[in-house]
Amino acid sequence: MEKSTRSAAIRDGLGVGVAVGLAGLAFGATAVTSGLSVAQACALSLFAFTGASQFAMAGVVAGGGSLLAGTAGALLLGVRNGLYGLRMADLLGVRGRRALPIAHGVIDETTAVALAQPDRESARTGFLVTFVSLYLVWNLTTLIGSAGTSWVADPAALGLDVVGPATFLAILWPRLTGNDPQSRTLRLIAAGGAAVALAATPFTPPGVPVLVAATAVLAVILRRSR
Amino acid sequence: MNDVWWAVLATCAGCYALKLAGLSAPRKVLDHPGVQRFAALVPVALLAALIAVQTFAHGRSLHLDWPRTTGLGAAVVALLLRAPFLVVLTAAAVVTAALRWLAA
Repeated sequence: MEKSTRSAAIRDGLGVGVAVGLAGLAFGATAVTSGLSVAQACALSLFAFTGASQFAMAGVVAGGGSLLAGTAGALLLGVRNGLYGLRMADLLGVRGRRALPIAHGVIDETTAVALAQPDRESARTGFLVTFVSLYLVWNLTTLIGSAGTSWVADPAALGLDVVGPATFLAILWPRLTGNDPQSRTLRLIAAGGAAVALAATPFTPPGVPVLVAATAVLAVILRRSR
Repeated sequence: MNDVWWAVLATCAGCYALKLAGLSAPRKVLDHPGVQRFAALVPVALLAALIAVQTFAHGRSLHLDWPRTTGLGAAVVALLLRAPFLVVLTAAAVVTAALRWLAA
């Protein structure tokens, strides 16, 4: 392996791990604002360790919605980590018992960094550096954010309720703003998903609208395959 | 143990199981074009739905919360200016907090 590609992978991994990891502050704050305890927020960051699912769970608790639907929504968001795993299995080359700790790190950010590397060795390095730095920072900031917010009388006064949606927007943004046909399809799916979820909101318990939004993907796939 | 703890534990266990299932899946599944397409597209629909619901829904009712919506607008401006991730989040929270403070 070239030394330069290895250090580039380490730099990418640390950059993403620390920057995104700091958003654990937002998750901790959102979780406690939503009515989860500090311990529950920390348990989610330690053991679920996938931001979108964690925010989804907090959102359902905040809306007083069905916990069953909330769990289902969080798991449906977690499905993509399984799909990343399909892609990463070859790249990481881990099977059997060695896959057990590695699997916990297969999320948006680690996959993105790994797939951005030019060769397999630096992809593995990028994955591991992102995983470890993101895991440490995300859990530390979840603790700080949740414990800090539970001392704040009114988190909404600090604008913390907008941090969840803003986080998702920032994650989605680069994929929606291109000028190529793929970005146009993604914009269509994003608009469709948002519209379906809002349309379903008055008629279903909180948590369900987000599940229903997946039909936007089916609509586009079916339309394209005809 | 209350209901929320059960939901938290189920989410933790399920999210880990999904990650492990992907890494351990047979190759045939990976090569299916439908699986690849769904994998690429479904997060976009779900994340967009979460943005919409968390911005405009309160329980089962829809309402326009001006400070929150404007805060999200500030995030859009920050993204258009290619601001870093944390600046985007900070801009959204600061604008929302400032509007609430002015209204109070």
